[in-house]
Amino acid sequence: MLFYDRMQFAFTITFHYLFPQLTMGLSLIIVYFKWKFLKTHIEKYNDAAKFWMKIFALNFAMGVVTGIPMEFQFGTNWAKFSELTGGIIGQTLAMEGMFSFFLESSFLGLFIFGEKLIGHKLHFITGFLVFLGSWASGFLIIATHSWMQHPVGYEILENGKFILNNFGALFTNEWLWPSYLHNQAASLVTASFVVAAIGAFYLLNNKHNEFGKLFVKTGVIFGLISSIIVAFPTGDLAAKNVVKHQPVTFAAMEGLFETVDGGSEIVLIGQPNMQEKKLDNKIAVPNILSFLTYQKWNAQIKGLNEFDETLYPTNIPGLYYAYHIMVGLGTIFIGLMLIALVQLFRKRLYKTKWILWSLMFMLPFPYIANTTGWYTAELGRQPWLVYNLLRTSEGASPTVSAGNTLFTLLGFIGLYLLLGLLFLMLAGKIINKGPELIKH
Amino acid sequence: MELFWYIVLMTMLTIYVILDGYDFGAGIIHLFFAKTEKDKKAITNAIGPFWDANEVWLIAAGGLLFFAFPTLYASSFSGFYLPLIMILWLLIFRAIGLELRGQVHNKMWETIWDKAFGIASLLLALFFGIALGNIVRGVNLGNVANGVSTQEAHYFFLPLWNSTFSPQTEQLGVIDWFTLLLGVIGVVALTIHGANWIIFKTNSDLNQKLKNVVFKLNFVLLVLVIISLLIWHIIDPQPFHNFIKHPWLWIFPIITFSGLFGLFKVKSFQKHGLGFLFSSLFLFGGLTSTVASIFPKVLPSTNSVNPDLTIYNVAADDYGLSIGVYWFTIAAILVIVYFTIQYKVFKGKMDDIGYGEH
Repeated sequence: MLFYDRMQFAFTITFHYLFPQLTMGLSLIIVYFKWKFLKTHIEKYNDAAKFWMKIFALNFAMGVVTGIPMEFQFGTNWAKFSELTGGIIGQTLAMEGMFSFFLESSFLGLFIFGEKLIGHKLHFITGFLVFLGSWASGFLIIATHSWMQHPVGYEILENGKFILNNFGALFTNEWLWPSYLHNQAASLVTASFVVAAIGAFYLLNNKHNEFGKLFVKTGVIFGLISSIIVAFPTGDLAAKNVVKHQPVTFAAMEGLFETVDGGSEIVLIGQPNMQEKKLDNKIAVPNILSFLTYQKWNAQIKGLNEFDETLYPTNIPGLYYAYHIMVGLGTIFIGLMLIALVQLFRKRLYKTKWILWSLMFMLPFPYIANTTGWYTAELGRQPWLVYNLLRTSEGASPTVSAGNTLFTLLGFIGLYLLLGLLFLMLAGKIINKGPELIKH
Repeated sequence: MELFWYIVLMTMLTIYVILDGYDFGAGIIHLFFAKTEKDKKAITNAIGPFWDANEVWLIAAGGLLFFAFPTLYASSFSGFYLPLIMILWLLIFRAIGLELRGQVHNKMWETIWDKAFGIASLLLALFFGIALGNIVRGVNLGNVANGVSTQEAHYFFLPLWNSTFSPQTEQLGVIDWFTLLLGVIGVVALTIHGANWIIFKTNSDLNQKLKNVVFKLNFVLLVLVIISLLIWHIIDPQPFHNFIKHPWLWIFPIITFSGLFGLFKVKSFQKHGLGFLFSSLFLFGGLTSTVASIFPKVLPSTNSVNPDLTIYNVAADDYGLSIGVYWFTIAAILVIVYFTIQYKVFKGKMDDIGYGEH
């Protein structure tokens, strides 16, 4: 019963989050283009904004239609969890509806259809408000997520219900700000890489060259800044929260089976062997993990052997891989963007074919990094819904049978496959048409 | 506190039904009455810039339900599992039908998405009517079988239907003849409502024909409403006890019928928004009268073992509900500002906006 509930939530949220991650980052880049246009009055920037608005509108619509099921599924599949914690996470989720969805949806219409009606300045403002709405939405979701990872401001009644006793604590939660900024920077990574990839696609095809250059340049600059912020300081701070509040999760993420005296190594590659409690084929660098975690080369970090097995994350290999894929890709992103920026300053970027090819083929990888990043957070929290307080097995709907959940899971898979295909087809059409033809 | 949030929630749901109701209605009109490409354009232009914002009322109301009445949210969303997920699928189909139709200029592509949009709208209107029917009829709380609860007292699960289609058996289904009747009322009422919106927001050639449609369907609606009132006592032996206790509540049925009768004059309306006003009054009055008749129940129990769910036994705790008043007030003011701006920019007729053309 629990298995299908978890699969359905995982599947629908994974698919859903492919869209908002672009929405949030891209809205910022579109606002940037529009702002550039207002400042310079160079038509190119306005056309660039218009082109990305087309992609944005399509992407936004996908985010909305796949987002509605998310809010319903707390009640449909996780009724017990909703009943017990609704007094707390209901706050942030209801606020998301009231503060950000109304803001986004009211001004999105104006942003997309209103340019002629309201003029450029107001059009810029509507774009900014859409950006604000989408980032507020991310904030309130991560506030909810952070409470589940690190519950604060609550009290548990005799009947097991969680009640709120400090509203402010939800927003001063130590877990919240690093996670939020980490996530937002990561969404900007996705958007920057998408912009750069489309630019590279145009340059390599020798069409829309003017826009190709603009997109590559903008994508590389935004991409480098955001890739760095994702790792440091936000990723670093987020990881330190895990060390502090979920040490067993941290050990599992890093593939650290044993506590070692004299400093722990950082694992680059290796496969967790759960039978023998070790990593196979390990490649590691000594003492780095201790340094990154505590800024001391020989600091001691607790390995999995220190913890009771009932506290272990449910899927240690999955968690370990998710984390390593995210970190590995993040490192590659910084490297590639750094080289691209150097070439940009040397005015050779648009002619350096291998970088353009790399930028183009890099397009899916920020999505993978964002997704595995979320898997790290979510698998890291298992077997808990509310860390250390409420187990996942206690949260599912008591009356919905496995057969019914499998039925709806299969339905979602079919429907989302169709949605995904349509999205790719239509986005491909817009991209292929290019900014020049889309202008008017 | 509970009463405050109950009123807020009902207000938001009513606004949702009035707003997204015209979207569904427009979809039904699109399915049955829009013959030419021009008619179809007129309809999508009339709802295009609004549908997404209208659906936000549902999401926001869902969020507030979760926040203010978590037990009701948990109980009803898991109990009505299948119809709710199907509503989600229909909402998705409807949205992509509307948004993707204009993206490719190909007759077959357009026909497929036209039908998806129209049929999903029709089924959604039907499902929302059925949902209202389920709420007034009540459910078998605790899944009682042979006088014994098989679940906690506030949980239940309803299959889509049972073999008898009767609202009076112990093992109920979502669809029975009573809830189906309310579903049909939903379809007729929203078709009228959607037609009125199109008349209000466009100068389409369709408008004259739609006035006839509204006029005729209004008779059907009147007959269906009377039938439902006559048989209401079958599912609730004392449907009027709240109205007898608090006579001021009669204002709601009066609004319902003034909306209904007002629409019989649709052909002579000079102002194009008048029809929409009357069908909104009908929807507002119909919903408020229905919930007023079962208040303070929010989900009645059909067995004698477990108590009804009322606003008082499903609410969150007081601290959370009180603090919510602050942020809700700020948010509500902002929402009013947004909507004023939005409707000012898109005021008047929408014929030339070119929705969905790429």
